Amino acid sequence: MRYVDEFRDPALARGLIREIETLAARMERGRDRPFSIMEVCGGHTHAIFRYGLEGLLPDIIEFVHGPGCPVCVLPMGRVDDCVTIAERPEVIFATFGDAMRVPGSRKSLLVAKADGADVRMVYSPLDALALARRNPDREVVFFGLGFETTMPSTALTVMRAAREGIGNFSIFCNHITIIPTLRALLEMPDLGIDGFIGPGHVSMVIGTEPYRFIAEEFAKPMVVAGFEPIDLLQSLLMVLRQLDEGRAAIENQYARVVPDAGNPRAMGAVEEVYELRPTFEWRGLGSIAHSGVRLREAYASFDAERRFAMPEIQVADPDSCRCGEVLTGQLKPWACPMFGTACTPETPLGALMVSSEGSCAAYYQYGGMRQPQLEGAA
Amino acid sequence: MNPVFPLPLRAPRRALPKTVTLAHGGGGSAMRDLIDEVFIDTFNGTTGAPEDQARFDLAALTAKGDRLAFTTDGFVVDPLFFPGGDIGKLAVCGTINDLAVGAAKPIALSCAVIIEEGLPLETLRAVARSMADAAHAAGVPIVTGDTKVVARGACDKLFITTTGIGVVRTGMDVGIGRARPGDVVLVNGQLGDHGAAILNARGDLALQAEIESDCAALHDLIDMLVTAAPGVRTLRDATRGGVAAVLNELASASGVGVRIRELDTPIRSDVQGFCEILGLDPLYLANEGKIVAVVPPDQAEAALCVLRAHPLGRDAAQIGVVTDGRPGRVVMQTRFGGERIVDMLVGDQLPRIC
Repeated sequence: MRYVDEFRDPALARGLIREIETLAARMERGRDRPFSIMEVCGGHTHAIFRYGLEGLLPDIIEFVHGPGCPVCVLPMGRVDDCVTIAERPEVIFATFGDAMRVPGSRKSLLVAKADGADVRMVYSPLDALALARRNPDREVVFFGLGFETTMPSTALTVMRAAREGIGNFSIFCNHITIIPTLRALLEMPDLGIDGFIGPGHVSMVIGTEPYRFIAEEFAKPMVVAGFEPIDLLQSLLMVLRQLDEGRAAIENQYARVVPDAGNPRAMGAVEEVYELRPTFEWRGLGSIAHSGVRLREAYASFDAERRFAMPEIQVADPDSCRCGEVLTGQLKPWACPMFGTACTPETPLGALMVSSEGSCAAYYQYGGMRQPQLEGAA
Repeated sequence: MNPVFPLPLRAPRRALPKTVTLAHGGGGSAMRDLIDEVFIDTFNGTTGAPEDQARFDLAALTAKGDRLAFTTDGFVVDPLFFPGGDIGKLAVCGTINDLAVGAAKPIALSCAVIIEEGLPLETLRAVARSMADAAHAAGVPIVTGDTKVVARGACDKLFITTTGIGVVRTGMDVGIGRARPGDVVLVNGQLGDHGAAILNARGDLALQAEIESDCAALHDLIDMLVTAAPGVRTLRDATRGGVAAVLNELASASGVGVRIRELDTPIRSDVQGFCEILGLDPLYLANEGKIVAVVPPDQAEAALCVLRAHPLGRDAAQIGVVTDGRPGRVVMQTRFGGERIVDMLVGDQLPRIC
């Protein structure tokens, strides 16, 4: 397949792996712990497992799977709010498919649907808007979810609804923003991350400029990466080279998609429609200031939170759940006592086990080839 | 064999209305008209004495093999018509395949339909014609059936259940638990076509792909396969859950590991592209005309040869081997040498594909 096969070329991959091995062997001397490289984005986590990259790399390199899976960081209370809205008889609740199985404290959207709620799976917010046009006697609520990657499409949909005067359409906005979250992560006292693989799709929208503080204030290298195996291997090599040379810079491996300035039109729509919330709660990470957005006053009539009464109750994760430690790289998924026993993709306790981009689900499904423990657990 | 449909032909007939109504399920004359015209005529049913069951001559059956095979399957696919097939063809081919993968020669099918009131009669006729064509092409008659009509909303348009009987070849014993280390794993062609075709046919993705379902009856192909490779251990049609589900069942039922190579799995480039865009894995996509065959290594060559000589097996390939490491696990060697576990899916990648 053109434009895909080139980035999965085995010979190219072998060459990059050899370069990584040589460099890592030199850097390894005198070092007592592995190099921890965090891939921020869930899409990268999925690709690392899908292509079995971990097993191809020297042991001294360790991937830490970051908080960049929007479904995984969704707190239980917000899922409960979704279910409450979805259960209203007048509502058609439209959502991306991977949010359906995320556990709430009462039930998931999938169970709510089985119990009679009208929950529809859509592939785009525009599909939800089309539902609203077709069902003028119903209230269509779209579950807006995701980082800057999906934020513009939700924003443009709201703008179109406003232009067309569609009154039975609203957004339950759970969009989150990556920069404050990375900052919060970097400010954690014993974070043992040596470098970052930056999120390709988010950067396509925001560009590379907003990451500068990572290099300048925290002296960590970051390379914005694409999603094919060659992209990831090349980006990893670029991070290692920076570490080897004692540099910390923001580099862009994914220049074929990511302009350094981002996408001004997409950012314009984001700016037009959303404002920052004072704080937003993340599953496993707690409340992070200015990390979520909501609709601006001008678009208040499209805001499901203002349109429907909601419990908005904060629900603590189960005590046994150690998602936060996994998200911050302090615990490997398979080292969690719940992994593969009480918490499986069929009966997830934590959201990291739900989405295919969640690191626990990825470990469970594709298997960390280095981890013999997995055999018994799964 | 004296196959019959349970209700009589009567003359003269009244013209049927344009849509199916609850009256057609009421057991009265409207129902008889519908069954006569849409099903019995189309299926070329006998005009002999109307009985509630088909009857088979046992001596004729026992001459064909030493065991009876019996299977049933319900079909609820949405949409009813899709490129490469429709619910009727699927219902006939699916049950024939379920018999054939037991090394059974299919003998006859039953057909039970549940119709939502309001279904256009022309739709029902088209489905019945398609069933008749598929059954005729396969040489497996539909010999008994049932019709029910339910209120709007109680089912979606049309559901079909087919049941089949067949006779298992004397001495043949294929099973999901019979794979042994060293065996080879074969498929008879490109994977994932049906699942991709259905998703594409739903039209809610607005993708410009032309993917056809692989829906086909495989009993003829399988007959040739088991003749050429009589030691075949396992045959399974890779329907819901795709090849990944079959291999996982195989690994756990046989207590073996399965190793497949990504480079050797045949997948059409348009299906691959479709999966790339949607984030689906073709190994989990349903097939309706593909089998997984596990054969001992010394019969692999012969098996591949006959598969490739058949029109439904032209792209047959060896995708992997059975191993003694990692019992219960399916491991795939990725395109450039990495490894990953191919696990069972928890839910459905897609609902209502068959």
